[in-house]
Amino acid sequence: MTDVIISIFMLSSALFVLLAAIGILRLPDLYTRMHASTKAGALGIMLMMVAVALHFLSLVVLAKALAIVLFIFMTAPVAAHAIGRAGYFVGVPVWAKTVKDELYDNYDPDTHRLRSGLETPEELEKMPIKAKPRIRLNTKK
Amino acid sequence: METVTTITFAILMLALVITFIRLLIGPTLPDRVVALELIPSILVSIIGVYAIFHDSSSFIDVSIVVALVSFLAAIGFARFLERGGPRND
Repeated sequence: MTDVIISIFMLSSALFVLLAAIGILRLPDLYTRMHASTKAGALGIMLMMVAVALHFLSLVVLAKALAIVLFIFMTAPVAAHAIGRAGYFVGVPVWAKTVKDELYDNYDPDTHRLRSGLETPEELEKMPIKAKPRIRLNTKK
Repeated sequence: METVTTITFAILMLALVITFIRLLIGPTLPDRVVALELIPSILVSIIGVYAIFHDSSSFIDVSIVVALVSFLAAIGFARFLERGGPRND
């Protein structure tokens, strides 16, 4: 009985990890790829650690598996945020069908300044955003 | 149980190969970093299956270390990109 449950957990974990890999290959730009790899990958690791904890049924292994799950759940969003932020600043193109890019009008990559929309007119004169952002649309496809 | 572990190994290897393709063709450096970050996640899963397959729980420690190192690598790459890495590659 336990073997069946462990097998289900293992197979679903492998399928979620495969889904993350397919997403990272097929999705159109950096930000959507990151979205696939972070969420599906973390879920795959969590299911696999549940299977490991069920298989060994000891307190030490349970603590280690729980530590891995907690660590992955804390660090995967942080790492994805850092890479996405760095990619946007470096100028990785956004997919052509992107609906909303709020930084496009408000962020100046040359001076690294961000406009909030709450500035007084004097402040806006002091920091005009004239240069168009370096972020280009990915027009290839 | 034996067949299930074999099938799981095969699926995870397929995922590893697909991620490696993105690592090779990724048009920009951040794309490669994202693929490089998914590879340790797959590796943690593979180590879990291997621990079940060999019935020895010592391998779980290895996956803790792999998860830790992958996070450090991702943060390091992000800092490197932001502090004037190659703007186009």
